[in-house]
Amino acid sequence: MGGLFILRNMDYIRNFSIIAHIDHGKSTLADRLIQHTGVCDIRNFQDQILDNMDIERERGITIKSQAISLPYTARDEKTYNLNLIDTPGHVDFSYEVSRSLASCEGVLLLIDAAQGVQAQTLANLYLAMEHDLEIIPVINKIDLPSADVERVIEQIDSELGLDTDTHLKCSAKEGTGIEDILEAIVQRVPPPRGNPGAPLAALIFDAQYDPFRGTVIHCRIMDGTVQSGDIIRFMYGGATYKVEEVGHFLLARQKRDRLSAGEVGYIIAGVKTISDVRTGDTITLENRPCDKPLPGFKEVKPVVFASIYPIASDDYEDLAVALEKYKLNDASFVYEKDASVALGQGFRCGFLGLLHLDIVQERLEREYDQSLILSVPSVRFRLTLKDGTVLYVDNPSHYPPQMSIAKGEEPYIRAAMMMPERYLGAVMKLCQEKRGMNSSLSYPGPGRAELIYEMPLSEVIYDFYDRFKSVSQGYGSFDYELIDFRDSNLVLIDILVNGEKVDALSQIVHRDRARACGLQSCERLKEEIPKQMFKIALQAAIGGEIIARTTITAFRKDVTAKCYGGDISRKRKLLDKQRKGKKRMKMIGNVSIPQSAFLAVLKSDTD
Amino acid sequence: MSLPGLYIHIPFCRTKCPYCHFYSTTDLTSVDVVIASIVGEMELYADEFDTFDTIYIGGGTPSLLTIQQLDVILSGVHRHFHIPPNAEITIEVNPADGDLAWYRSLKNLGVNRLHMGVQSFSDQALTFLGRRHRAEDAVAALENTVRAGFDNFGLDLIYGIPGQDMQSWRESLARAVSLAPPHLSAYQLAIEEETPLWQRHQRGSFDIPDEDASLSFFLETSAYLERSGYHHYEVSNYASSPSRKSRHNQKYWDHTPYLGLGPGAHSFKEGRRWWNHRGIEGYLKDLAAGTAAPVAGDETLSREDLRLETLFMSLRTARGIDLAAFRLQFGENLLKEQHTIIQPLVDRGFIVVNDERISPTTRGLAVADQLALIF
Repeated sequence: MGGLFILRNMDYIRNFSIIAHIDHGKSTLADRLIQHTGVCDIRNFQDQILDNMDIERERGITIKSQAISLPYTARDEKTYNLNLIDTPGHVDFSYEVSRSLASCEGVLLLIDAAQGVQAQTLANLYLAMEHDLEIIPVINKIDLPSADVERVIEQIDSELGLDTDTHLKCSAKEGTGIEDILEAIVQRVPPPRGNPGAPLAALIFDAQYDPFRGTVIHCRIMDGTVQSGDIIRFMYGGATYKVEEVGHFLLARQKRDRLSAGEVGYIIAGVKTISDVRTGDTITLENRPCDKPLPGFKEVKPVVFASIYPIASDDYEDLAVALEKYKLNDASFVYEKDASVALGQGFRCGFLGLLHLDIVQERLEREYDQSLILSVPSVRFRLTLKDGTVLYVDNPSHYPPQMSIAKGEEPYIRAAMMMPERYLGAVMKLCQEKRGMNSSLSYPGPGRAELIYEMPLSEVIYDFYDRFKSVSQGYGSFDYELIDFRDSNLVLIDILVNGEKVDALSQIVHRDRARACGLQSCERLKEEIPKQMFKIALQAAIGGEIIARTTITAFRKDVTAKCYGGDISRKRKLLDKQRKGKKRMKMIGNVSIPQSAFLAVLKSDTD
Repeated sequence: MSLPGLYIHIPFCRTKCPYCHFYSTTDLTSVDVVIASIVGEMELYADEFDTFDTIYIGGGTPSLLTIQQLDVILSGVHRHFHIPPNAEITIEVNPADGDLAWYRSLKNLGVNRLHMGVQSFSDQALTFLGRRHRAEDAVAALENTVRAGFDNFGLDLIYGIPGQDMQSWRESLARAVSLAPPHLSAYQLAIEEETPLWQRHQRGSFDIPDEDASLSFFLETSAYLERSGYHHYEVSNYASSPSRKSRHNQKYWDHTPYLGLGPGAHSFKEGRRWWNHRGIEGYLKDLAAGTAAPVAGDETLSREDLRLETLFMSLRTARGIDLAAFRLQFGENLLKEQHTIIQPLVDRGFIVVNDERISPTTRGLAVADQLALIF
């Protein structure tokens, strides 16, 4: 009887996700669904509840996935539990997206009525298809004067290859069509399958750190049941924990007696740090484990490395505390102690990509009030020394003497890019500029091209994604995977400011790129470093050989002509402002270098 | 600490100079009311200030006042405050104003120092600056000054005027030196925001010297006047002997207290600075309302503020930073604590250092604002 009851329960669960091209209204639709199902009242409603970090709101992208259960009484007068699982929206986080989708049975594929099908619409569609999900196309923003619903319906057929009868129309902004969407979720997304009586198999799709409870694991129960008191085991991680609490996500966590197959919820089990929890891992019961872990687990490894230093070396301890706290909530972030001759004590950090790096920096500055300097990001190179030793070097300051290196290798990726045919030329040109090779081209749909290139990761991490977006006018989608290490003629470029090496600006680059790269770094620094009392020489060097040079002229005349009774306060305030600006700079020898200079070195000419 | 100085601001001009950003009006109807009010303002400070050993009547254009009007002001000063016999009493004069009789009467009022806004000895430059006098007026005014018996007077010159080359600037300097003023001020023309000159510059009507040219003018001025027997004692000021320096202006640079009366005037005492309403209307209204001073705003300087002001004002003067005084006030031994910064500045010829002071060289004076930020 009990088994039947639970089975019936599963019929009233729907697990779904919303996928869309950027700005097609994903967060707004999520808000409307939440409002409509009455999880929160209008007065307390803060727009875009799912994107709950400031940075997510400002950038309009979802960084961490979130989940929420929406109780919905359908037209059949039965109440369903609709679990909305939000997905991050950037290539740095594509693995997290795949784990979130693996927790669903269906997706709402959101399309802007004015813009129509875009690159990410297609890329997301393919992802959803890979997971065998029910796809409900939803045409959003039908209230816009420029909306062209007919064209979008045509695209659903011609470009997405979906049945045009399946589409829904809404305006998330105006709140129209929401009821139909909820109804479609109930009727078209299949209820989860799974056996509550089977051994526990729960898929981890996210985790968050709660300062009072420790790590809160977000998971989808595929099979079995879990309740407080159970001893659980992470199948890849190996560790075991005792479950303290399980529950659902409403606007806040809602404690429940148990979580069973088909449900989405959380487990709190005294896991101290979030890095002990790996997205994609399978949770099972220690005393009754499932046969094998759920498929698709991947070890997420940092691919971009950079050092972080406090601007004032006195702030080192504060930075250490801030990193420790930050790390609690970001499992993909890794760090260790590092020291720079020029910048003092700091930390070497690993990131999933450059966006991830940006986000970490911004959150440290904003949430932990840190003033930071970042070194030039690097990938991890493989060096074979003449004595046969193999070294992995991601920090230019650990680069061995050139003489001792027998072979240099750098990581390569396979980049998969999807775009309308008309951008093919521009994208190919970009890929070649970035040392792309072994390309292949296919046409998965009419007018759509898929381009595969093998490229050095180092060429991709800085600005490739931005430039790719720009040359494909936003229509391109891009994903990549690491493939292997390949031979590369590597050199270490040092940057010297008035003859003094600034190790945080050193870079390991391909020899063919060295001169251009050195010159660009010098030019960038010249733009960013303000004039000072002395002439400043900026040089790029490989070993003892100067390969590029530029100069910042000194102040020649800078003094107020008149300074009497009425001028003094005004002048002091001006100088004080300048001085505060200088305080945020790093002194290297006699030269004050602003934080922006360190960042500017990484930006490309096309910005 | 030296005795406080008194500044009196006369906010009236016959015509507005297009480069000037100080408050003044060409509507002369309220001159007498303002003068009466300035005297009234004195009373408000009679308890707070007692003795002034310098008085400076500036503007605006105080030389458009009649002797009677100036008498009202100076009598007021003597009635409310103690002015020792050796006090320096200066008035700014426009060369277009005043005849010999006026200068003689000025002397009789007790004024013992004149500061004349000559600006240039080139009529072309004077036209650009919108001045109402010609070069020959300046020469005549200086003759009157001497004939009236003034032995302490200075004149203002401006360089960096569009169209002025080094040769014509040298000629102006030579003319000035030939008149043997005990004091000279040489200012680089500053394009102050929102002035008519600024608007013309924004439209691209003329070019001003770049940083290198500015430095050349500055260094040439200093070298020329030093050769002619003047001591370059502040960024823009030169004196023929130590006793001819402006005693009043030096008070601004070393945080000596000063009281400023009249619209827009600034005052400073014991770490507090306050300033009057700039507009005549607001100034008069406050004074008419009662016993409160017509103060528009004030600030109390933090230790950091005082430190920064001490640095940037000291480094504007040839004497530079008095190390013992700095140490006493801020508890900092600059030579010891900043030696890594000081040595390169010495090596590059921006400052000279001994046990008592850090003094800017002429090149150092040219970048005094930046020097101050280094410490």
